[in-house]
Amino acid sequence: MADNTVIQTNNLDLTFETNDGPVHALKGIDLTINRGEFVSFIGPSGCGKTTLLRVIADLEKPTGGDIQVNGMTPEEARMKRAYGYVFQAAALYPWRTIGGNISLPLEVMGMPKAEREALIKKNLELVNLDGFEHKFPWQLSGGMQQRASIARALSFDPDMLLMDEPFGALDEIVRDYLNEQLLELWAKTKKTVVFVTHSIPEAVFLSTKIVVMSPRPGRIHEIIDCDLGDNRTLDIRETPRFIEIAHQVREGLKLGHADEH
Amino acid sequence: MLMSIKREGFAAFLHERLIPIGTVALAILMLWYVFTVVLNSPFERDQAERAGVEISTTQLVSNTMAQKRPILPAPHQVAVEIWQTTFEKKITSKRSLVYHTWVTLSSTLLGFALGTTLGILLAVGIVHSKVLDKSLMPWIITSQTIPILAIAPMVIVVLNAIGISGLLPKAVISMYLSFFPIAVGMVKGLRSPEVMHLDLMRTYNASRTQVFWKLRWPASVPFLFTSMKVAVAISLVGAIVGELPTGASAGLGARLLSGSYYGQTIQIWSALIAAAVLAALLVVAIDLIGRSVTRRMGVVA
Repeated sequence: MADNTVIQTNNLDLTFETNDGPVHALKGIDLTINRGEFVSFIGPSGCGKTTLLRVIADLEKPTGGDIQVNGMTPEEARMKRAYGYVFQAAALYPWRTIGGNISLPLEVMGMPKAEREALIKKNLELVNLDGFEHKFPWQLSGGMQQRASIARALSFDPDMLLMDEPFGALDEIVRDYLNEQLLELWAKTKKTVVFVTHSIPEAVFLSTKIVVMSPRPGRIHEIIDCDLGDNRTLDIRETPRFIEIAHQVREGLKLGHADEH
Repeated sequence: MLMSIKREGFAAFLHERLIPIGTVALAILMLWYVFTVVLNSPFERDQAERAGVEISTTQLVSNTMAQKRPILPAPHQVAVEIWQTTFEKKITSKRSLVYHTWVTLSSTLLGFALGTTLGILLAVGIVHSKVLDKSLMPWIITSQTIPILAIAPMVIVVLNAIGISGLLPKAVISMYLSFFPIAVGMVKGLRSPEVMHLDLMRTYNASRTQVFWKLRWPASVPFLFTSMKVAVAISLVGAIVGELPTGASAGLGARLLSGSYYGQTIQIWSALIAAAVLAALLVVAIDLIGRSVTRRMGVVA
């Protein structure tokens, strides 16, 4: 395992036992993610993209193969708080203020109050939410809530950011804005980001690497390098290279569907 | 925006509370008077017949509302009795309704506190241990299928035998009734956090204690207050029932009992009304505390 490898899987398998019989959620996943990359998992529902993210986060246990996160098992990595996780919904605790929510992981880690307050300030600024520390979640819009949840995930400065369709529930205008902000954030913090989405433009705009997945059983169909360079703006979506990669992803998704029969 | 027009202040109180509740209260009062006349008139007719006199309907109706030991006392008779025993007696007097209400209230509150504590502890155990979930829950449900009237005398006798009497045995009976809604409500409340909220704690590698205090407990607070409202009312029932088998000399239960010994129906009804008012006040008090706590927790009222 090379020094800058963060996540490496080898023939990873996961089968859920359900009442309707076994469901093969992941099959033969081989994947390497390097430090500082922005990797998107894209595919139709049932392709196991969220499951793969949850395996990396040790929220699901694989039933076969190997996976290493930071050179450790996912469980060890979780215990060392190697990643911040952003869910499909903001999942803010409604009885805590925005500041209180960002403070939650820091409290769990036993950080003293003064340090916590400094980090709350810093991370609220990072997601452009300064001044909202004492508001309750219901007083914020959906997009602002999701930004607060990103600030929460970053608050304890983990190496990795795992994001499970974080903007899926938001409208397109908000989503564009948050995508730009996320790229800025990524440039600033140099985190490794693993991002689950079902939007092709979103994946192409954000990623350095796109993992195209296909369903039944969930597997990797194709890995596409997304070499659009740094400092991307939304205009990039009109460029030939962007359209070309988007086309490649779309074709990959089609083929992935086709070879299921 | 809200679609309906929001009334404020007194207008809201008038439309949302006073008129609906007042209408029902008025209907009950009218029915009550009708039954007073119907139930008490056979006695009046009997009396008139024995005396060999004709009795006019007006006389009959007015007589039915002024009997000393009516089958059903008229509302104003009860009101007068409550007024006299509440405001015209020293509150230390054995004939004061305030004194008897206080006696019952004290065992109600003690029983309610014990029941709430027991209920919460049971729920915490059940939520955290599969074994306790499987073994305790059936017993908790069974405990409530036994009539409290059957258990109350045994509790009093057993506790008396080991030298405990007075307040505590009654409180124990209160507790026996009130722990149940708390336990059931809190099991639900402590299990109410969404999967995402629990997963989040897992990503932080939080301990079970941290998950409890930072997630399960705050998530269960609305459930706690809902079940406390039920529990406080049945705590009062428990305390009253607990006063019956001892032939207790004090408390609303004792008033009910002595009233029925001596055919003092007016006394029985005033004790009943006092109990109902007390229960309502207790429920309202819990409700107000609950609202202020949840408001401080950022919940929109």
